[in-house]
Amino acid sequence: MIRIRELTKRYGPLTVLDRFSLDVAPGESVALWGPNGAGKTTVVRCILGLVDYEGSVQVAGLDARLRGKAVRARIGYVAQELSFYDDMPLEDVLVYSATLRNVPVARVGTLLDQFRLHDHRLKRVAELSGGLKQRLALAVALVPDPPLLLLDEPTSNLDAHSREEAIELFEELRREGRTILLTTHHMEEMGMLVDRVVAMDGGRIVTECPPGELAERLGLKVWLHVILRSHDTTRALEALESAGFAARTNSAGILVEVPAQRKGQALNTLHRAGLEIEDLEVWT
Amino acid sequence: MTAGAAPDVWLDLPEKAQRRTILAIARKELDDAVRSRWFWMWTVSFAGLAAVLAMTALPASRIAGAASYGRTAASLVTLTQIIVPLMGLTLGAQTIAFQRENGALRFLLSHPVNRTESFWGLYAGKAAALTAASFAGFGTAGVVTALRSGGGEAGSFVRITLLAWALLLAMVAVGMLISTLAHRAPSALGSAVFTWLALVFLGDLGLMGTAVATRLSVPMLFFSTIVNPVEAFRLAALATFASSFDILGPAGTYAADALGAALVPVIVSSLLAWILVPLAVAWFRFTRHQDL
Repeated sequence: MIRIRELTKRYGPLTVLDRFSLDVAPGESVALWGPNGAGKTTVVRCILGLVDYEGSVQVAGLDARLRGKAVRARIGYVAQELSFYDDMPLEDVLVYSATLRNVPVARVGTLLDQFRLHDHRLKRVAELSGGLKQRLALAVALVPDPPLLLLDEPTSNLDAHSREEAIELFEELRREGRTILLTTHHMEEMGMLVDRVVAMDGGRIVTECPPGELAERLGLKVWLHVILRSHDTTRALEALESAGFAARTNSAGILVEVPAQRKGQALNTLHRAGLEIEDLEVWT
Repeated sequence: MTAGAAPDVWLDLPEKAQRRTILAIARKELDDAVRSRWFWMWTVSFAGLAAVLAMTALPASRIAGAASYGRTAASLVTLTQIIVPLMGLTLGAQTIAFQRENGALRFLLSHPVNRTESFWGLYAGKAAALTAASFAGFGTAGVVTALRSGGGEAGSFVRITLLAWALLLAMVAVGMLISTLAHRAPSALGSAVFTWLALVFLGDLGLMGTAVATRLSVPMLFFSTIVNPVEAFRLAALATFASSFDILGPAGTYAADALGAALVPVIVSSLLAWILVPLAVAWFRFTRHQDL
């Protein structure tokens, strides 16, 4: 569905993408993962023809540079910033998108129902909550019922409840067999949605693998912030250090550095030492 | 729902610009304008000022007859040459720069829309909104004039309205050019205000100063005047109701003598060039040199 070869993008002296190549098969779901500035959003913008680039991008066999309109007709896009027109009523945004895509306006009614937006259709975009904006963004992306979805940090501006709701929607879209390319730096929540993760840094691919292998491949670590019921931090530090973990106290408990895919081992160590955990947070 | 289940009518849109898409974008711009405060502010201000000018100028025309229609027309021309460029330049300059900054342009261009369609749609929509605002002003002044002094000078009034429209289209075009050149919306707005000052005030004063300092020849003075769209509008508008160009000094006399009947077409051509050239440059810049 997507074929990218030697994609390079420079802003003055800064190289944002450096000979980036990627294939995404029809029906496949792929995440571009990496820190801010890794070049994930730029890949999406190149596919959409929003920026100039060197190299080649093909969607469904069409050159994105030469057949930009035909390529974009096949793509539903959810932007990182939901920068819709603030003064427009929600329904008008969908009608406008349908008009630009030459899709019958009757489709808008279907989408309003599908995304439970019907009761909000007359509200101005500025009046919508983050979750509603996200649903609107997805509804807009699905106006043409596209075979390919580009989701750029689709949950970055959402609270926990809206994020959970959005992830359910993405799962449904995936089950429908659409090709999905999404960007994220939250692998924990998006990992379950994709078949493959492409880790990026400095505009290049660092590694490609199934989401479950990413942490091990990259040696990713997280911090566990543990509050013990007994506040016996000395014994906890001894137990953790003897098991090979780096740990230290902080004002409220202890911080333990663990490999991202082996968080349970640190907890088991504390449990075996007879220490009861009252609360736990994972810091990435 | 299954992926790609909708009819495939959209799948092979031709790449050339489509009138349907341009009209959809223009209509959206027009709707946005009508929803916005600035549109009503300009419309009411312009219509109010035009009506006040028409009412205050007309008592004399009842005494002196149709000859003093010129007072109303001259007042309206003065108002137009200040307000219309400010309106066209500032709002034209915000079109692309503002939408680029808030991401709306990226949203638009993520659709099967090319940059040519976007550009002409945005220009047409903005020009249509401002046309409505300025016609409301001229319409109000026209109604007041007709009610109080009869419709004897309707032809002249319509010609001034059309010239003001040409000036408006030119100013929106220059504003769009500024919009494509500016990196940020505030700098686009600042450049538009500076351009307005240059065309309306500095152009006039600067030309006079330059003429005195360099002993500019009369033909050069005339041509320097008509390359400024605001001055070109003023000359062409005066030609619709003034019996001679003596009030413009030596340049006016030269213009009438040298060009005769060709004077107005030459001036109108200058205005048309001010519409077409900035638009062509802005379109070229927008379609070829801008990342979003």
